[in-house]
Amino acid sequence: MSCVLSHEAVIAELWSGMTLGIGGWGSRRKPMSLVQAIVDSSLEDLTVVSYGGPDVGMLCAAGKVRKLVFGFVSLDSIPLEPNFRRARQSGAIEVMELDEGMFLQGLRAAAWNLPFLPTRAGLGSDVLSTNPQLKTVRDPYGGSDVVAMPALHLDASIVHMNRADESGNAQYLGPDPYMDDWFCLAAKRAYVSCERLGLEPSSPHRLLLNSAMVHGVVVAPGGAGFTQCLPDYSRDEAAQRAYVKGVKR
Amino acid sequence: MRGDYCVVSCAELFRGDGAILASPMGPIPALGARLARATFEPRLLLTDGVSTLLDANDEPVGWMPYQRVFDMVWSGRRHVLMGASQIDQWGNQNISCIGDYDRPKVMLLGVRGAPGNTVCHPTSYFVGKHSSRVFVPSVDMVSGVGVDRGAHEIRGVVSNLGVFDFSSGSMGIRSLHPGVTVDEVKAATGFELNIPEPVPVTRELTVDERAVLERLDPGGAVRAQVS
Repeated sequence: MSCVLSHEAVIAELWSGMTLGIGGWGSRRKPMSLVQAIVDSSLEDLTVVSYGGPDVGMLCAAGKVRKLVFGFVSLDSIPLEPNFRRARQSGAIEVMELDEGMFLQGLRAAAWNLPFLPTRAGLGSDVLSTNPQLKTVRDPYGGSDVVAMPALHLDASIVHMNRADESGNAQYLGPDPYMDDWFCLAAKRAYVSCERLGLEPSSPHRLLLNSAMVHGVVVAPGGAGFTQCLPDYSRDEAAQRAYVKGVKR
Repeated sequence: MRGDYCVVSCAELFRGDGAILASPMGPIPALGARLARATFEPRLLLTDGVSTLLDANDEPVGWMPYQRVFDMVWSGRRHVLMGASQIDQWGNQNISCIGDYDRPKVMLLGVRGAPGNTVCHPTSYFVGKHSSRVFVPSVDMVSGVGVDRGAHEIRGVVSNLGVFDFSSGSMGIRSLHPGVTVDEVKAATGFELNIPEPVPVTRELTVDERAVLERLDPGGAVRAQVS
């Protein structure tokens, strides 16, 4: 059974006020065509959960973000994301700022149907003081306290992969899967845009996502926008610079 | 050249680390880590800056995507050499934002992996321009935790002026680069530094190290980035 959808059909399955996970990392393999479709939609009031890049910046600039869950927002070759900075510096968005590893533990907890996962990451830092809802727990076996990172439950996730098939199996061909598998597992619904339909003959470990984790596939050549999508294309640095330049100061 | 002293000081931070993942952030720290591996720490694991571990001949020998970096972090098999937008006398570091948290004057990167790094494995810092804007009495958002907040180990802080550590409790001078005076460092530091008597001078590159650096950084283009 085919789960191939159009961009519009994916947008129709999303709703204002939802919690949305976005895969990729910084300015790498971001589902930018789906992000653009959200920008162009009437969706608003989103809680966005992302290892952030221009996805976060564009959604902030479009006024779509009520709350951001993040560990960083960066364009990699340009360290700071101008639209995200503007949103933060004007107090326009609520934030939950996490250590990158706590963030991963939160996705894993959601994926595994656990209320939380323990981690040392965050102890002693202002991540705990700026997020008073985060608790530490006593090691029941007599060790020291650890952070109980709560599950980051996602209503939906969007990720971009190099290849996918009609059933929702998907393949990354670049150097790093990022956290895309966890974004899909942590979400009730996961949508994968892909450069091309059809899986490549390649090592099985590149088949990161399977049809049990994916609810919709969108065929989107160039769907990572100017972000890096190796080996299909590298980052379009000129386009990224133009994006940054276009941000009003 | 000041950059030579920064690089050899960064390299020295990794001395004794053995087979762990060295994660230098930025060109000078990366050059330091590569120098250490090429000379006195041949077992250091280094990536290509993305997710492939490369050996000294730049041959791929391992895979280190972000998910596996956290396995290295949490198992303690890593030493990170990060930057700092602010750092205080206890080694608390900030790369998140400057000013009021709810509406920062300057939003930076976010805390990244600094909280987890600092409580799980050795951490060092490199600051290319030592000033009282960076070396502050207290940081605005504790990202990397210092020795007073449960850091695993803050190995050292290298700046364009010298090398600093926490062997005396709070931050103190380990060595100053040749030509740098104590008064100069004091004026560029927003808190009281512990100052040994006499003040050691950062060591020179050996002939071998100089040859390695000439190969890794032909003409010194990377090293010229600090002054």
